[in-house]
Amino acid sequence: MSRSPGRKQENHKISRELFVLTYGALVAQLCKDYEKDEDVNACLDRMGYSIGIRLIDDFLARSAVKKCRSYSETADMIAQVAFKMYLGVTPSVNCSSATGNEFSLILDKNPLVEFVEELPEERASLCYCNLLCGVIRGALEMVHLAAEVSFLQDRLKGDAVTEIGITFLRKPEDRKHRR
Amino acid sequence: GILLKFREFFGLLNAPRRDGFVSFHTSKYRLHYLETPSGLRLVLNTDLGVGSAREALQHIYSNLFVELVVKNPLCPPRAPVQSLLFRQRLDAFVRSLPYFGPR
Repeated sequence: MSRSPGRKQENHKISRELFVLTYGALVAQLCKDYEKDEDVNACLDRMGYSIGIRLIDDFLARSAVKKCRSYSETADMIAQVAFKMYLGVTPSVNCSSATGNEFSLILDKNPLVEFVEELPEERASLCYCNLLCGVIRGALEMVHLAAEVSFLQDRLKGDAVTEIGITFLRKPEDRKHRR
Repeated sequence: GILLKFREFFGLLNAPRRDGFVSFHTSKYRLHYLETPSGLRLVLNTDLGVGSAREALQHIYSNLFVELVVKNPLCPPRAPVQSLLFRQRLDAFVRSLPYFGPR
């Protein structure tokens, strides 16, 4: 894929809106395909997972980061480098447990919901951006970190902020893979 | 000649690596190895005249593998690479390396 360097900025802006609109169309179609919100959420998570297992290599290639040595470093990496690279926003990171394996990302601005005001009444349990949870989960799994990722709060549902919770499931010592 | 392969046989290379790159040599050849945090291992064997192939391996990963295999929806992740385009570009890249010499 070759891109002329001068038009890089313009191309990114156009493709971001297209991406946001495409995402909205995707969610709308899933809502037509599935009656229950849980099914739509699960489908978004699966799709996100498929994206995440590939996106991690693109992220590693472009950011050239080294292995993270702690969960905290990993959470910071996701928020400050990955989110910035792909969505242009930098969520803030909170560590929400004493054991040091639960973190949350607080999104002030969520580009995916740029054109969405609120969820329809019949879709009150829909996690509109659940794709993001799947992406994070898939990407982490490819660097041998098992995690549960879900939305803890969602502005679309009336909460004050949008918050994604990441719970790492294994200790770092278990990360040494034997193949 | 130069061989390029993706495979797993590194019981002996369990030593901690700083940035995923390791190089060792025997009396016959030098082996260059790059491991990504995502578990991908790239191996390049050269003759002893080559110093470090780190940049070459990094280029193969970032510009060839990620662009042509990872981003290709028809290539299942972590399956043997079937993409003809990838093989062609890889071959062309290796041939363009300054230390590539036909025998």
